[in-house]
Amino acid sequence: MKAPPFRYHRPSSIAEAVELLATLDNARAIAGGQSLMPMMNLRLVAPDHLIDLGEIEELVGVTESEDTLSIGAMTTQRTLERSERVARDCPLITAAIRHVGHQQTRNRGTIGGSLCHLDPGAELPVAAAALDAVLIAIGRSGERRIPFAEFSVGLLSNALSPDELLARIELPKAAPRTGTAFVEFNRRPADFAVVSVAASLTLDAKGRVAHAAIAVGGSFEAPVRLRAFESAGVGQRPEAALFDLAAREAEAIKCVGDDVYPTEYRQELAGVLVRRALDSALADVESHADA
Amino acid sequence: MPMHDPRPIALRVNGQCVEATIDARINLADFLRHELRLTGTHVGCEHGVCGACTVLVDGASARSCLMLAVQANGRHVETVESLANGSDLHPLQQALAHHHGLQCGYCTPGVLMTLLELSRETAGRHVTEAEVRTALSGNLCRCTGYQGMVRAALEFLNNFA
Repeated sequence: MKAPPFRYHRPSSIAEAVELLATLDNARAIAGGQSLMPMMNLRLVAPDHLIDLGEIEELVGVTESEDTLSIGAMTTQRTLERSERVARDCPLITAAIRHVGHQQTRNRGTIGGSLCHLDPGAELPVAAAALDAVLIAIGRSGERRIPFAEFSVGLLSNALSPDELLARIELPKAAPRTGTAFVEFNRRPADFAVVSVAASLTLDAKGRVAHAAIAVGGSFEAPVRLRAFESAGVGQRPEAALFDLAAREAEAIKCVGDDVYPTEYRQELAGVLVRRALDSALADVESHADA
Repeated sequence: MPMHDPRPIALRVNGQCVEATIDARINLADFLRHELRLTGTHVGCEHGVCGACTVLVDGASARSCLMLAVQANGRHVETVESLANGSDLHPLQQALAHHHGLQCGYCTPGVLMTLLELSRETAGRHVTEAEVRTALSGNLCRCTGYQGMVRAALEFLNNFA
């Protein structure tokens, strides 16, 4: 089908976009359009006003400070996929993006669009959850910093006010002795995840866990962090018995299955993938240590 | 049908300058097909899954059903019509024909544009089968089983591009 009629707006600044969002009824911002366009074509959404963020240059690009990367919300997934700076300072994002859609969609799809859409099967929200990303929203009353943990407020729903747009995403640079991994299962490569896991593991000088962050996504309304494992793991040796704790926590996350992937299947899969992600993150730390 | 929000646009399509006034809701695929009569670009699923409508926008592959024609304003769009020179097929098209890389042909325009992007990105170096299969994972083909398509792509990419 075709998209229903709407009025099209193409602001050239954040301020102009915010003003449109604040004053127009039933308006939607469109980023890369790789989720919103299908939803409009399928008539699942019918905005009266479409506000295209594609011409706002201040929303594009990657900048860095001493310990964070700041990524403009309209930076395309393809740009991030090819960014050496992102691969070096935030390798979990690079690993996650390899699973995001196809090149034809990554060329237009943006990091901000994916985070705002919050599709349960999407990869970038899971990586953002594991990295404790901070989302910077801009509205009429100014800037607001939203920790990713507070960004999801229900299925496909984010914490932005109607007059706010996501301007950029701040991600911490990976600490020394950190290993990361992104694993997922789906029936066809590049499809939405049935279950996906983003893992970041930092060891101290004695080889014990200094910091662990695991986010599980795919089968849940929003990514879920394994908080019990993350706090229990600090100071422990990174070994199979410890990783089992994480797997058991993942298997206990409530989810709703279907005929293809029943609940029990998804939960067992979550446990399996958490173990794989931790093994792989640990191998990643060790590979840096050799270098 | 009446236009709800007519928008003037100016872009290049296969090297030619084009100006038109179109309704904002019209997607790029329909603009190419209905307004410019470039019917080589095929429309399959209309929600970004099948890849039949893949075109290049400023050199980067995109689903033309997931892009509004107004968003192509000021850009250069390349479609499958840019490949052949009259009845002389592009070497990539010849390779697909030679290796039975198509049957019904519905997905072929999208496949060709995906492979054209890959050939530009990998020009001058060896391309692996895995790279070809990854690139083609965004183009659904229900006839060929992909074997001939992959053989054709590898022959073209590693000999001509």
